[in-house]
Formats: sequence, structure tokens, C-alpha cells
Amino acid sequence: MNKVMSNKLLIALYISPALLLVLVLVFIPLILSGYYGLMEWDGIGDKTFIGLENYINGLQDMKFWSSAYHSFLLAIFSTLSLGIYLTISFILASKIKGSDLLRKIYLIPMLLSSVAIAQLWIKVYNPSNGILNVFLKQIGVENPPAWLADPSLVLFAIFIPILWQYAGFYILIYYAALKNIPESLIEAARIDGASAFQIATKIKLPLIKEVVSVTVVLAIVGSLKYFDLIYVMTSGGPNGASEVMASYMYKLAFSSYNFGYGSAIGFLLLIITLIVTFIVRKLTTPKERIEY
Amino acid sequence: MKINKMIKVLLFASVFYLLAGCSDSSESSSSSSGDKEIKFMHLWPEGSSKQHYDVVNKIIADYEKEHEGVKVDLEVLSNEQYKDKLRVLSTSKELPDVGMTWAAGFLEPYVGGNMFAPLDDVIGDQLSDSFVPGTAEAYALDGKTYGLPLELNIVTLYYNKAMFDEQGLEAPKTFEELENVIKVFKEDGIDPIALGNKDAWTGSLWYMYLADRLGGAEVLNKAIDRSGSFEDPALVEAAQKVQDLVDMGAFVNGFNGLADEEAKSMFMSEQVPMYLIATWDLPNYTTNETVPQEFRDSVEYLKFPTVGGNGDMNSFVGGPGVGLFVAEDSKVKEEAKDFAAYFVKQWGEKAVTQAGVIPATKVDADSLDLPEMYIDILNELNEASNITLFADVQMSPDVAQVHLDSIQALFGKEMTPEEFAKAHEDALSK
Repeated sequence: MNKVMSNKLLIALYISPALLLVLVLVFIPLILSGYYGLMEWDGIGDKTFIGLENYINGLQDMKFWSSAYHSFLLAIFSTLSLGIYLTISFILASKIKGSDLLRKIYLIPMLLSSVAIAQLWIKVYNPSNGILNVFLKQIGVENPPAWLADPSLVLFAIFIPILWQYAGFYILIYYAALKNIPESLIEAARIDGASAFQIATKIKLPLIKEVVSVTVVLAIVGSLKYFDLIYVMTSGGPNGASEVMASYMYKLAFSSYNFGYGSAIGFLLLIITLIVTFIVRKLTTPKERIEY
Repeated sequence: MKINKMIKVLLFASVFYLLAGCSDSSESSSSSSGDKEIKFMHLWPEGSSKQHYDVVNKIIADYEKEHEGVKVDLEVLSNEQYKDKLRVLSTSKELPDVGMTWAAGFLEPYVGGNMFAPLDDVIGDQLSDSFVPGTAEAYALDGKTYGLPLELNIVTLYYNKAMFDEQGLEAPKTFEELENVIKVFKEDGIDPIALGNKDAWTGSLWYMYLADRLGGAEVLNKAIDRSGSFEDPALVEAAQKVQDLVDMGAFVNGFNGLADEEAKSMFMSEQVPMYLIATWDLPNYTTNETVPQEFRDSVEYLKFPTVGGNGDMNSFVGGPGVGLFVAEDSKVKEEAKDFAAYFVKQWGEKAVTQAGVIPATKVDADSLDLPEMYIDILNELNEASNITLFADVQMSPDVAQVHLDSIQALFGKEMTPEEFAKAHEDALSK
């Protein structure tokens, strides 16, 4: 195997399929959509070059900014929810009874497809027959809200299934990281008389800091470009109350047939995500690497 | 060492496999000499629309039998995939020779891009006077017709007669009676009207009918084609009436978050007595065996009531669904046109008797063996004074989006009727 890996030609050959795919499927479309953003184009007819007009319109478009605000709200909530997942992972990783089973239970939402989750939660939220409102009526709430129809509630009503959907993923990552900590360190701390809480916060947490920082980036980037449940559950409605950047881009390009403008919004979404990722990486990357 | 070699071989193989996959390995399957092939794409897959699918196949088989040397090459996709594929094919100028399109706004970019062939010659030669008035016109742009309509849908208010009888109510003929019906159901704790306004075009139907009854058949069309205005008092009043209905609690709880399908299921499970929808739902109330017989028997329809004594009850909201187009740069354009015309001629009776579709071509209802509700609706169509095309279909796609968003806001009371009018004016004057 060593011999194979020292042959430059072979290395080039081996990475070329993946490289080709990434180029063709990611980078070229990326550049193209930036280019389409410079056009007035309905997606079918001729393109007319209009310079930066689409981008300027995008920056002045209140609907875009309100959808960006919703995306950032989601990013904040998913970052905060990481704390809950971390706590759960701490509990699961300590030797409690049935932690194996619990871990699998937490993972189940991740195995469901987004559309199935969306359909499930649409049923839960159904204002007349949904399990949530039926329950609320049972315990005496007179007029339970129409979750997906109320502009002030709809966004948070969708956040819950989104966070629920990814819980298993983050718990799994944290769990693996925690299990990776050598038992000897914990043992030593215990001998020194550290309490379980101290072990968790003073020893385990610093040791998995790097993993936490990665999950923060994943959560934020994932939130900013989030699309699936929003699209299926409300398609951004009512009247844009649950619109996020990606669903707004989709609406412009595929419902309004405004491909040029949609591409420009898509490109702005990319730039915003890049900047945010850069800042978050800067803030969260630990100074030194930890060696066990 | 052996494993080493095997890994090498495997990796090589996978690389070549990938590269081979990228290259175009198109097979040249041109059939026997001189045969002309018409590529035809439609959107009724066997799985979800078996009856439609069978009718199409029957027509194709008949056509091939009658026309030696012409073959129809079929591709079937489901609705949304169909739309996507059509768009992609059009950018690479590879549209099928004959395919399906929607009316008005949907056509615009395709016609603008010179993708569809004008079909006026076909209509003049082979199909003159065979369409219900107003249907082929919906496919016209700048005086040329680009589509041959297949379906026609009109919107009527379906109601559950059993539930009405229980409350001792009669079918309302005027808006004032409708308001009374709503009140009575409300008092009994029943939500009166099923509405899934997440899709927004559903709410648009209510607005359109109110506009038609208050301002006549033309007021909305004129506002859209810019010879009128959305600030017309009749249109503002229609928007006001919508909000009056919302204030009365006429629509089911949380309608702005419900999809049309969910609203429909509330009507069909007899939780809600009224539902405004187009005739594409007729099979559910007549022939669909999976729907309980008892329910089907208790459903009746009524024409949208007059408002304050105004309006013509024979004026309908509706419009053609899909129609056939012929590609402008088709290599077999004449054959394609001929096939399209043949298809439309055959479609009418077969569609209504076998697939339960109200066709856009005139059919003699009384001579066919049909459920009573079909015969009534077909006769209704013969007496129709006007059919106003669905507003979101009439408008260009970007304006339609504004319309749909505004409808949600109007029903959700986030907009006043005046702001509703202004939003449309702004979008249309761009």
C-alpha cells in the first residue's frame, strides 16, 4: 500500500473522480449561479445582462431581509439547543441503565426522511384534529392556537421539529467524543475527589471542545441554508411569516420564474453563510490541540 | 501483495466506470426505415392516474393503427416532475414534439422563447367550433393560440345535504342566506366552510367569485390586463366581504396553515358542511368507490350565490387545466399537429366516461351514461354566461406569487382591503 501512495500519478488518478464530481456538481454551478444573478432571465427565454441590478435589488428587498432574519433566528436556536444535546450526551455516556436503548431512541428522527417528519408534524399541529390541540383542549385551554396559521407562532412551531430532527445527529457526535476520553483521566480525577459535575465541566467538556466547535459550525451553516421542513410544512407562509433564505430563493426561481433574481439571492445566501462560518470558526477554534 | 494488486484493479475499474458513465453512450434506436416518430410527453402516470393513462394509450394505439408509418414515442412523468423536465428540456431546445402545457401565465415564457408552435391553423381546419367557448382562448397570446385544451374545470360550492337537513337548512341562493347558514352551523359548534389556504389559490376562488358577483364578469380580468384597476370599488368590496366572512368564523380554524388536501378531508369526513372547489373533485362525490356511498349520496353542489342581489349565477370561476402544445422546432411538426388534433377529438367522450374528466370539447351529456352530477354540471356549462380564468393562472408567474401571498394576508387579516388592492397595483405596474 505504501508503494501505491508514493506514486504521484496514481494519487492523481484516485482523487480525480471525486474531484471531478465536486467540480461539476458544486463549484461550476456555484460560479454559474453567480453569473446568472447578473442576468434578467425567466429560466427559459433569452438572458439579458443587467449588471449588478439583481444583487442591489436583493440588498434592498425587505422580504429577503425578513427571511434572512428568520434564518438567523433558526441558527441561534439550533446553537442554543446544542447545550441540551450536550447535557443529554453526558447522561447517556455515564453508565446509566438503558443508555443504549435511549441512544437509539434519540437517533430515530434522523432516520426519517424530512418529508415524513413534515407530514407527521403537520398532523400534530392540525388546529382541529391535531394531537397537540386535542390535548390542550383536554386540559382546559379554551382556544388553542392554530400553530401553522398564526404568523407570530408559525416560525417557532416549525423550529421544534427541525431541532428534534437533528437532535440524534448531535447527540451521536457528542456521545462518540465523550466515549473517546480515556478512562484513566476520569479515574485520576475521581481519586483526587472530583464530583461528577466537576468531572463533566472541568475535564470532559474541555477535552471535547474541538468537537463542540465543529458542531456549532455545522448547526449554524445548516440553519442558514435550511429548506426542507419549511417548504413542506408551510412553503414559507402565511404571507412570508416562516420564509427562510433558501425557501425565498426557491420561490423566486421556481414559482415566480425569476431565475436571474433567484440566482442572485442564492449567491447572497452563499456569501452570508461563508462570512458567518468564517467568523464562527475564528471565535470557536481552540488555540492549542489537545493530546491525550 | 495480492491484495495490493486487487485494490489497484478495483480502483482502476471504478475510475473507468465513472468516466464511462460521464460520456454519452446514447443508443441510436431509430426504428425501421421511413417511420416517423412523434415524441409525446404527458403527466398521468399509471400509478396515480390509471384511468387517464389508459385513455391516452387507447388513443395512441388507434392513431398508430389509422396512420401507417407514424409511431408515437411516449414518456410519462408525474405533475411536478413534468414541470421541471419541461423547463430543462426547453433550455436545451429538446422539447417533445407534443406535450402538455397549462394556460395563460404558464405559457408566457415558452411562447416568449419561441418554443411552442401557433395552432390556429389546426383549430381552423379540424377543430372549429368543438371547444367550449373561453377554453382555447385561455391558451392565446397576442392573437395566436398555442394550446389545445383538454380539460375544463368550473368551481362550485359543494355542500353536505345531510348536515344541512339536520339543521333544517336550505341550500343558500344569496350571500345573505349563506351568512345565515354560517351562523346556524356556528351556533351548533360546527365550522361551516372547509378552506385550505396554505395553497392560497383556494382562498383566491372565494375572492374571485365575490368580485364576479359584485362587479360583473369583466372587472377582475380588466384589473389584471391593466384596462381596469384593483382599486375598483367592487374589487375592494369583494376583499372586504372576504374579511367579513373571516370575522364571522365562516372558515375552519387555522385555515391559513392547512393544505387543500387537509381541508378536503375535513369535508369528506363530514366534519364540515361546505367546500368550494373545482370539478376535478367530482369523482370523489360520484364514482370513486373508495369514498363511502353514504357520503357521496349526501353531497350536492350549488352555484355561487348572488351578493346583495347582484351578480349572474351562471357566471363561473374556472378554466382549462392542461392542454396540448406542439413544439416550434419539431422535426415532424405537421404530423405532430395532426396527432394533437386527433387526440383532442378522441379525448372528449372517452375522458368524461372513463376518467371522469370534464373535457374542454363540447360533448352531448344526455347521450352518455354518466352520474347525475356530471350531467348537471355539463348542462350547467352549456348555459354558462362566462368563465373567468383562475386569477393566479391569468397573471404572469411573479404577479401570481404576489396575488397568492396577498390572499393569505387578506384572509389572515394582516392586510386591509385597501392594502390588498395596492399590493396588486404595485406588482402589476412593475
